[in-house]
Amino acid sequence: MTIERADIEKLAELARIEINEATIAETTQSIADVLALVDQLQAADTEGVEPMAHPMDAIQRLRTDEVTESNHRDDFQAIAPATEAGLYLVPKVID
Amino acid sequence: MHNKTIAEIIAGLDAGDFTSVEITQHYLKRIQQLDSTYNSYITVNEETALAQAEAADKRRAEGNTPAFCGVPIAHKDIFCTNGIRTSCGSKMLDNFVPPYDATVVENFADAGAVILGKTNMDEFAMGSSNETSFYGPVKNPWDTNTVPGGSSGGSAAAIAAHLTPGATATDTGGSIRQPAALCGITGLKPTYGRVSRWGMIAFASSLDQGGPMARTAEDCALMLNVMASFDPKDSTSIDRDVPDYTANLSQPLNGLKVGVPQEYFEEGLNPGTEQAVRNALTEFEKQGATLVNISLPHTKLSVPAYYVIAPAEASANLSRFDGVRYGHRCENPKDLRDMYMRTRGEGFGDEVKRRILIGAYCLSAGYYDAYYRKAQQVRRLIKQDFVDAFEKVDVIMGPTSPSPAFEFGAKGNDPVAMYLEDIYTIATNLAGLPGMSVPCGFVDNKPVGLQIIGNYFDESRMLNVAHQFQQATNWHQQAPKDIEVEGVE
Repeated sequence: MTIERADIEKLAELARIEINEATIAETTQSIADVLALVDQLQAADTEGVEPMAHPMDAIQRLRTDEVTESNHRDDFQAIAPATEAGLYLVPKVID
Repeated sequence: MHNKTIAEIIAGLDAGDFTSVEITQHYLKRIQQLDSTYNSYITVNEETALAQAEAADKRRAEGNTPAFCGVPIAHKDIFCTNGIRTSCGSKMLDNFVPPYDATVVENFADAGAVILGKTNMDEFAMGSSNETSFYGPVKNPWDTNTVPGGSSGGSAAAIAAHLTPGATATDTGGSIRQPAALCGITGLKPTYGRVSRWGMIAFASSLDQGGPMARTAEDCALMLNVMASFDPKDSTSIDRDVPDYTANLSQPLNGLKVGVPQEYFEEGLNPGTEQAVRNALTEFEKQGATLVNISLPHTKLSVPAYYVIAPAEASANLSRFDGVRYGHRCENPKDLRDMYMRTRGEGFGDEVKRRILIGAYCLSAGYYDAYYRKAQQVRRLIKQDFVDAFEKVDVIMGPTSPSPAFEFGAKGNDPVAMYLEDIYTIATNLAGLPGMSVPCGFVDNKPVGLQIIGNYFDESRMLNVAHQFQQATNWHQQAPKDIEVEGVE
């Protein structure tokens, strides 16, 4: 599978990462190289093999539905870029 | 004082030969004098460390001495430390001061340890040379023109330069074992789920595992006793008793079956590295072990499978860095999209961006089956190779990395060459198995690591095997020549 500059631009948009114009050619090439490495997987015979997500095939633990956390809002907001009245501030979304 | 192992420091503190304040001051002074050369620490914690040392000495005087009471160690800067900046080697978190401790950090605090500082690392643990750190590369104390390995290169270099007797680290594809090998120290990546990931900044959640680094296997056992725990706050933590990892260290190795995978000795292995590893295998035979030739046929597919699974998980995990709640935010965003794009464009380095984009590609509509599902299937084949092997052998041994430390920039523009650095370590992460690296020789004055892979939850046996090797050899006692400072002993 080949990957082109337009694909990288689309991925960068999806991942919300600004890619600098000066490095986009190099980024495209290096990702193409990595995907060529990854393409070796296609040769593997995986017919009937169950995909593996967890080494121990463990499943999510359940716990009782009770409050275990205390309120840390002030601590969390102290390290935020912009807050006001207990809320996180971001650029205006709706006009 | 800085040549003592953790076990010797504990004995010295117990005997009253020195206090925690004295040894802590000693290490802080060494860091001040030497670390401008190695760059192994991102943050040094003078005030807090001395306060912790004073508290430990007081505790000890009162007869309350938990396992690490007054012992100085360092944490990789991926573990959140309450009130101490935790950068993960990234500009994105350059200003991040966590409001809580990781479970591993809490465990060491409960055990009375003193935290000297936070060690340098590849950005978000993505790298095998420490060259991707926002805070500049770490220099290998054995040869400052070469890399220390990565991503836990700061922890490894700090131990090799005797700027801490031990440090925490993490391993997603080799990030404990490879830098341990390149810096001539001992490191252990435990079984997946053995050490809590809570408060350990996530890279690839189904692969990440914290573990100890120190100069000896005995010290790693002491550290793992503190680090390992079942943690209800980590949804993948395994609920299983933690044994005393020092209990079996002295057992003889008579009858031990050592699997030697042919795939770990093929093309691409440095001849000097191979020789050092073969010599180590002969030492085990001398101690009564039997070598068994085995095959791990899917080894070559481990790197391709990893570079789908790890970036896919990373692209999801790193979506949390959005400039809203903590960390970097760009100046004067004109709208929300602009804020996300520039915050992430400025905050992440090239390698992190590359992996996020690869992950996004592998997970995108139309490619999911061909990449992600396929890689997860290959992952099971890789695990099955090990399951089959462990029916015949007790441990598996081979080289940790294909060659000793390389020079800065040697693989800088070629990500694939860098990724192949982890060809012998990645498969154990995919399988979730524990792996270790132990010093076993030198090539041109550069250390070589022997890798020991164990069965699930068999860390005690691996530590026993490594300890017995270290009783018979002195590779782990070698130190780089430039780490002594006049007037500081």
